[in-house]
Amino acid sequence: MTTTTRIERHHYDVVVIGAGGAGLRAAIEARLAGKKTAIISKSLFGKAHTVMAEGGAAAAMGNVNSRDSWQVHFRDTMRGGKFLNNFRMAELHAKESPQRIWELETYGALFDRTKDGKISQRNFGGHEYPRLAHVGDRTGLELIRTLQQKIVSLQQEDQREHGSYDARIRVFSETTITELLLDGDRVAGAFGYYRESGEFILFEAPAVVLATGGVGRSYKVTSNSWEYTGDGHALALRAGATLINMEFLQFHPTGMVWPPSVKGILVTESVRGDGGVLKNSEGKRFMFDYVPDVFRKQYADTEAEADRWYEDPDNNRRPPELLPRDEVARAINSEVKAGRGTPAGGVYLDIASRLPAEEIRRRLPSMYHQFKELADVDITREPMEVGPTCHYVMGGVEVDPDSGAAFGHVRGLFAAGEVSGGMHGSNRLGGNSLSDLLVFGKRAGGHAASYADGLASRPRVPVPAVETAVETALAPLQRDTGESPYVLQQDLQAVMGDLVGIIRREGELVDALARLGELRERVAKVSAAGGRRYNPGWHLALDLRNMLVVSECTAKAALERRESRGGHTREDHPTMDPAWRRVNQVCSLEGDIVHLDRKPLPRMRPELFTLFDRAELAKYLTDEELAEFDALTEEER
Amino acid sequence: MGTEKSQAAGAPATKRQFRIWRGDETGGDLKEYLVEVKEGEVVLDIIHRLQSTEAPDLACRWNCKAGKCGSCSVEINGKPKLACMTRMSTFTEDETISVTPLRTFPIVRDLVTDVSFNYEKARETPAFAPPPGVAPGDYRMQQVDVERSQEFRKCIECFLCQTVCHVIRDHEENKPAFSGPRYFIRAAELDMHPLDARDDRKEYAQAEQGLGYCNITKCCTEVCPEHIKITDNGIIPMKERVVDRKYDPLVWLGNKIFRRGQVPQTSVTSEHSPGAVRAPAAGPPGFHSHAGASHDPKAEAQAQAGVNWHREVPKPTAPTLDESGKLPLTELTFDRPAAPSPFGEDVSFPLPPEHLNYAHPEQDKH
Repeated sequence: MTTTTRIERHHYDVVVIGAGGAGLRAAIEARLAGKKTAIISKSLFGKAHTVMAEGGAAAAMGNVNSRDSWQVHFRDTMRGGKFLNNFRMAELHAKESPQRIWELETYGALFDRTKDGKISQRNFGGHEYPRLAHVGDRTGLELIRTLQQKIVSLQQEDQREHGSYDARIRVFSETTITELLLDGDRVAGAFGYYRESGEFILFEAPAVVLATGGVGRSYKVTSNSWEYTGDGHALALRAGATLINMEFLQFHPTGMVWPPSVKGILVTESVRGDGGVLKNSEGKRFMFDYVPDVFRKQYADTEAEADRWYEDPDNNRRPPELLPRDEVARAINSEVKAGRGTPAGGVYLDIASRLPAEEIRRRLPSMYHQFKELADVDITREPMEVGPTCHYVMGGVEVDPDSGAAFGHVRGLFAAGEVSGGMHGSNRLGGNSLSDLLVFGKRAGGHAASYADGLASRPRVPVPAVETAVETALAPLQRDTGESPYVLQQDLQAVMGDLVGIIRREGELVDALARLGELRERVAKVSAAGGRRYNPGWHLALDLRNMLVVSECTAKAALERRESRGGHTREDHPTMDPAWRRVNQVCSLEGDIVHLDRKPLPRMRPELFTLFDRAELAKYLTDEELAEFDALTEEER
Repeated sequence: MGTEKSQAAGAPATKRQFRIWRGDETGGDLKEYLVEVKEGEVVLDIIHRLQSTEAPDLACRWNCKAGKCGSCSVEINGKPKLACMTRMSTFTEDETISVTPLRTFPIVRDLVTDVSFNYEKARETPAFAPPPGVAPGDYRMQQVDVERSQEFRKCIECFLCQTVCHVIRDHEENKPAFSGPRYFIRAAELDMHPLDARDDRKEYAQAEQGLGYCNITKCCTEVCPEHIKITDNGIIPMKERVVDRKYDPLVWLGNKIFRRGQVPQTSVTSEHSPGAVRAPAAGPPGFHSHAGASHDPKAEAQAQAGVNWHREVPKPTAPTLDESGKLPLTELTFDRPAAPSPFGEDVSFPLPPEHLNYAHPEQDKH
């Protein structure tokens, strides 16, 4: 091609890929540690998917119920993740999230308040006490805006001190990273392109923090935006890091199913927390039929008791609408399959008949607004039509819990937020992601900074690797015989949605892997029309290979795990198997082949282990583990 | 044609006429497209359909597709809108729908514009100033007090208010001096923040953000997809109070009574004065003690003793004139009929004695 391969070069201490909550929090921390920091944002600054989080940020501050503590939060998180969580991450998360939330107030965040002026906290599925700091139903927006404005305030400091806003922290908006560059086993930099101009850009940096979010764009029905193509997952794999728990994807139980144009968009769980109930086409409140045995003790079995809970949560059990997300998603799926769904293939979520219109508008302003504007549905008058939508990936980069450093054979690579794995186990509790990205964003940023400090020599970017990266990036534009990236994306979404979706079967997974193999060959020959300037077709063509490799990880891990747990449901293995609880499945890349290994879960420390009730543990653990537990409690007595 | 497949929920698809601007900074024009449209779709769906069919390189920003991120701002039939929030059912069957990029910002390609102007203005707006001495976790605010700022924090930064604002829409020359509605409400949000430690947000908006350019045509409020009352709740209160301070009638009166050169270091006003000369120890920021009541115990004590000599006189300030050299007509936007009281709407008469600077020749001798 005649286009010159001009490459803009930058030198940084820490490069953060991703400008959502985790990325921005990591960047703030790296900058506060005195490191020259770059933030790479795939879209404009402040548009990241974090804005979509509605419910709130879970933190055991105990503002509403003083009985809450980090121990209770830890227990809820482990229970929600079906004990597959990395216990250390769950522990750090529960301990540190209150400080991270309070810190946001010093950046200017304005959360809703309690009567005594503290941060108000709301109930949410899976949380024992009201725990979610929130701002109406736009908490994610508040969080991203607050972090964005904190970065601006740091830039203003730098402007006063050094005469340039960009002196120590700079945002590269609408920039996509396509490769990480290595010097031996050390991260040396990152290569990518500006979306606006199509020009290439090379960052030389000894430490990279991945904060790229999830993989939902590989699914047909998803709440995720175009950005969620698993870039960080794929970059990590290609750099020699490993992924864990990739079989676990969360399908949010209540996405909009009507009108079709907004299919997949989420209806916040707080609609249910505030009194909304699920009904099938026969008008039956069906969730009472789907309370699993492990949850019987905490959930009401009559409508009367469930309704009393909203007013008096101490003396009544919770309504089953507030069961963890996977249970609700599965229940809706069963109702629809049994022919009791709505015309559009969902169920009804009714808040109109439960609260006065004024109260609904006050408590759920953006929900009301969204439905009115997008669908011309007035949620204060009629029920919503909802169904499961792909929402969040629990799996991700296998990291050291304390530092966020990636495992595998690579150094200088860190990950935080949705792109990292382990924290949420097999299922994430609502509200735990906003606090996750603050807690681990800060940690990853801080540890990336100290890693950069501790280096005796800077890694060097090898020239051939850059040349290869340029070739790979330009290839789709230079081919004109291949298929359209849009067609390939639709095919990939169909495979994942139909065969590796919410309910999985062995035969379908085998089929999916075969089709993904075919797709891999087609994606290798994809061609994009047009030039390099802001060309979405080209951008998608480059994202496709990331989506594909991550999808392969999910399908392989899903085929292997012969049990149902959290965000992984096998119709042919419908129950939880305590033996599988002790196993993480680890994906790595050899050449371009996804390799799957098993690895035992780290063992919980005794003082954490004994926070649980024996009766509860008995539902999850093997006899051998229970014997260990008994020995521990015996010692204590 | 086009209807043989893909009938969502039994709704037939029809073909609709679109005119979409294609080009870059060197020029371009409206291209005609005949596109399939299904029931319940929005304009962004149609753009996506075009991308996946005849125009794979059609550039358009988008993210959440739910009106929450503010990425897909374009002008639809000349009106600034979010493409994801514009339902196809709002157009008539035979209407041609034109989609063009935001007019106020430089073109990058097709529907994508260079919105960096906004990010530059954001960087110039002073950030939240945390209250000194308050530890994280000790912030206490009442819901009613945070709600005013929360309204502005709903902003999704779609920049529709910026593109529609006539001060910069066709006036490139105003851009350096004018921050635009988005950043006026940012200043207002911080001004109303119960714990923000800075107290010069309004003065800043006037002096640095070009608040005076705004003549309250309310176009910004009209296009706001979050329905933020930008003008009524943000800009007007900022303007009114800036004016209020700059034309403090009591200052004016004081200047009349004590002629030039005789002005003592006292005044009938307490904190009703520009930030620069505000009594440092008196009350929390944002607390305006007008002539009607004093909450300052020191002042009360002094008042008991006679003349309140320790009150500071606000320095007289020059009136802010607009470009035409005239005073801005704020009464047009005033919330009640007739001219406002020259002493301010919140001053009632008679004034309490402790607020008067009159010294009785006999009683106050000692």
